[in-house]
Amino acid sequence: MEKIFQKLALSSASLVFVLLVGIFITLYSAAKPAIDEFGFDFITNPDWNKEVPIEISSSTAVTPSTNMSDKASSEVKDASIEDEDDMMLDDEDDDMMLDDEDDDVTTKTIYGGLVPIVGTLLTTLIALVFALPIAMGIAVFLAEIAPKNISNVVGIAIELLAAIPSIIFGMWGLYYFAPIIADMFGGYQVSLLTAGLVLGVMILPFMAAITRDSMNTTPAVLKESAYALGATKFEVIKDIIFPYSKVGIIGSIILALGRALGETMAVAFLIGSIFVLPQKITDPTISIPVAMANNFGEASGLGESALFYLALILFIISFAVISIAKFYFLKKAK
Amino acid sequence: MRLIINKIFLGLSIFSALIGLAFLAWILTTLFIKGLSSFHFGLFLNDLIDGGLRNLIVGQMILAGLASIIGIPLGMAAGIYIQEYGRGKYADVIRDLSDIMMSAPSIVIGAFVYAVVVVPTGGTSGFAGAIALAIMMIPVVINTTDNMLSLVPRELREAGIALGASKYKVIIDIVIKAAKVGIMTGILLAFARIIGETAPLLFTSETSNYFSLDLTESFPSLTVSIYDLANEPEESSRDLAWAASFILTVLVLIINLSGRFITRNKK
Repeated sequence: MEKIFQKLALSSASLVFVLLVGIFITLYSAAKPAIDEFGFDFITNPDWNKEVPIEISSSTAVTPSTNMSDKASSEVKDASIEDEDDMMLDDEDDDMMLDDEDDDVTTKTIYGGLVPIVGTLLTTLIALVFALPIAMGIAVFLAEIAPKNISNVVGIAIELLAAIPSIIFGMWGLYYFAPIIADMFGGYQVSLLTAGLVLGVMILPFMAAITRDSMNTTPAVLKESAYALGATKFEVIKDIIFPYSKVGIIGSIILALGRALGETMAVAFLIGSIFVLPQKITDPTISIPVAMANNFGEASGLGESALFYLALILFIISFAVISIAKFYFLKKAK
Repeated sequence: MRLIINKIFLGLSIFSALIGLAFLAWILTTLFIKGLSSFHFGLFLNDLIDGGLRNLIVGQMILAGLASIIGIPLGMAAGIYIQEYGRGKYADVIRDLSDIMMSAPSIVIGAFVYAVVVVPTGGTSGFAGAIALAIMMIPVVINTTDNMLSLVPRELREAGIALGASKYKVIIDIVIKAAKVGIMTGILLAFARIIGETAPLLFTSETSNYFSLDLTESFPSLTVSIYDLANEPEESSRDLAWAASFILTVLVLIINLSGRFITRNKK
């Protein structure tokens, strides 16, 4: 019995390891076709789902139609256009269908991940810039300024804000918050800016809560000796608490960043979901999670594989970010 | 001068706390006003196809419940291993990996379950959705169990062993009992978290307009339907989405608060 129980516990623990490795391998193998096709250029290519003329005809243009196989690769496109014209003259009803077929012959679809990658990083950055000062203020308020009972009540309220499902943030953001932001800054209601700000509101309570916890680890003796020397509250916070809990605070900021990177629903309502590089902060664009949420259902073949490629990139980024926070900063803080 | 800087700083800090509270109040009032204006008890009696939410609420509960049935035992067993049996590096590595998994993007977990469950079984299903939610839940339960067991005094374990109890008896009858309240709270918070999840369900369970208890088919999900409804152009769909969001938030906050209430009472 003892043995069985121990084995069960051990295998459940190992499940975590198996799952993480499994996620990585699964994403990689599902992304393999896209990785083979696009390589690392995927990361720098801004075109998503764009049809381009085929450069090499030998393997891709295997169709039994007319005189194509004899022609050199550069002539394939021209030949098919002539073909198309002939067909159109012959029978207009079949035009649409034939048009599609000709597209298959002369073009291929390419996928590049630059737009969603940039979108993800920029929304996260905006969220961080917005949330950081407010979260620090809240943490200072909770840890140092407010009397204990007020601190408790406000603390619970802030944690409740963290418990609200992200889809609610998205709806509220789209219908109530974004119009106000768009009035203030101009531009579209769905944009990098509005998506980033709503994301900021979302990570705010999370960031404030962990920062408060780090600040609370400062020994009371240190604070009291500083007060005894005549320091003001600001000086104690700046010179005693911040240096003492610095590592923990940076760790919590990075953890919040990790959460912002992977957030889907709040951003999905607000980012606009178009694969276009934003020129201004008020332009709509797309992020990796949103690209997955909106296109996964319709995607197949190479398109689906490209989405898995994006998922793999996101997974690696967030894995790296969280590892840095955990191993470097939070370990040190302990 | 120092005093003035101090005043300004304290003012800014209080101001930012007020901003945080203002956002909470703004979101909640929006939800209450929009949600309550389209709320009526008929929503609990009809399915989505007839303009109600019954199938979605039941479906979401079943998905989250099933995820808990899978996730809680596994998470607790893993937490027990880390805290009670694990020695040295392996337990530490698992603990760190579990922390990393807790912050993994939920949509990536959805994509993973899509690849390993949905594709092989030939379509979206309630099971796939529950598995995705369970994967979200396991690291949270591990974390809670680990933390709560570490608070149980060593003397209790030693006393049990001294009385001749075997180790698993000590763990089940003494250690878990002592940490029960804390673990319960953690599990409630984990449940509150997964019941509001949308992203992992988008391509695993999807959603359905009809009442369904068949876990092998697309399964009704409240959150996924909110997303669909909110994006529809008709005002009536959006009103329904607000009513659904209202119900969801009230549910999540009640579970969350009751979790906190249990701990407070015990303390």
